[in-house]
Amino acid sequence: MKDLSLHVLDIAQNSIAAEAKVIQITLYFNRGNDYFELVVKDNGKGMEKDFLLRVTDPFTTTRITRKVGLGIPLLKRNAELTGGSFSIYSEPGAGTILTARFIPSHIDCLPLGDLAGTFALLICSYPKINFIIEIIVEKTRFCISTKEIVEAIEGVPLSNSSVYPLVKEFFNTNLEGLQITNLG
Amino acid sequence: MIKVKSLADLKKMRESLQAKVDLREKGEAAENLVQIKVAMATCGIASGAKVVMDYLLEELEKRGINAVVTQTGCMGYCYAEPTIEVKLPDADAIVFGYVDKKKADEIIEKYIKNGELVDGIIPVNYESIDDK
Ligand SMILES: Nc1ncnc2c1ncn2[C@@H]1O[C@H](COP(=O)(O)OP(=O)(O)O)[C@@H](O)[C@H]1O
Ligand code: FES
Ligand SMILES: [Mg+2]
Repeated sequence: MKDLSLHVLDIAQNSIAAEAKVIQITLYFNRGNDYFELVVKDNGKGMEKDFLLRVTDPFTTTRITRKVGLGIPLLKRNAELTGGSFSIYSEPGAGTILTARFIPSHIDCLPLGDLAGTFALLICSYPKINFIIEIIVEKTRFCISTKEIVEAIEGVPLSNSSVYPLVKEFFNTNLEGLQITNLG
Repeated sequence: MIKVKSLADLKKMRESLQAKVDLREKGEAAENLVQIKVAMATCGIASGAKVVMDYLLEELEKRGINAVVTQTGCMGYCYAEPTIEVKLPDADAIVFGYVDKKKADEIIEKYIKNGELVDGIIPVNYESIDDK
C-alpha cells in the first residue's frame, strides 16, 4: 500500500466482512514522543485463537499465495519497518481490535494519503454500519460517527451521490483544522 | 465550495440535497440507474481502486449522471485490478480491468453516455459479482 489511508480502507474491509455493526477507527498522533497509532476496533464475528496466530504471523503459513500479500501482514510490515509495532486481539463473537504504531520520523514511514476520502467512502458505502471516526492530536480530539452525519442530513440517504463529496469535504476541512495533512 | 466544517454546516446543505433526492426519486427506479461496482479487496486497493471510486463518484455527480456506485469484494482478477463492473439499464453487466482515472473517464463518456464499447473489457460469462 502506498499510503496509510489505503491501509485504513483495507483493514476496515475486514471488519465489514466480519459483519461488524460498529467500526471504530482511531488515529492518534503523538508528536512529542514521535509516534502515530492507527486503531481499528469492531464488534464483528472475531477470530479463534489459533487462527489469530496465523493471521499475525502469516509468513510461516502457506496462506500467502498472492504477490501483494494479505492486508494484515502488509500493515504489520509497514508499521514495523518504521520501528513501530503491531498487535491484534480478537474474541470470537465479540470483535477484534487491531493497533498499528508507526514512527513518523522514520524514512520508511508511509504518507497519510487521502484520509478524508477513505472515511467518506466507508461511511457513504456502508450506511448500515456505524463508523466512529476519532482523531486525536495531542490534546485535541475530533470525533464523528455515521449516526451523527445521518442525523444532520436527515432524510437524505448516504448513498445519494451528492452526499459523498460533502462528507469528504467535511473530513478534509476538519483534518486541515487539526493540521495533520502529513505524518512527520 | 462552501466550507463544511461542522454538523450544523452539513445540516444547512440538507435542503439542497433533499431537493435533488426528490427530483431523482420521481423518474428513477433503481433498475433505470447505471450501477457500478468497484472491487475493493486488498489487490484492488493496492492498485488504485480507491482513486477510481472517488473519481467515479465525483465525476458522475458533476456530469449529472444518475448512478449508484458501490464497493464489492474480490472479483478474482488480481492481474487486472482495479476492476469495475458496469451495468447499464437493459444491458448485461460488463467488467472493465486496469481502470484508472483516464479509463474511467472514457467509460463514462463512451460506454455510459453512448453505449459504445471501449477497450479493457474482461471477457467473462457470468451474471454479476455477487452471484459468484
Ligand atoms: N476484523 C476482523 N474480524 C474477523 N476476522 C478477521 C478480521 N480481520 C481479519 N480477519 C480474518 O483474517 C483473514 C486475513 O485478513 P487479511 O490479512 O486482511 O487478508 P484477506 O482479507 O485478504 O483475507 C481474513 O480473511 C479474515 O478471516
Ligand atoms: S485476490 Fe482478489 S483481486 Fe487479487
Ligand atoms: Mg483483508
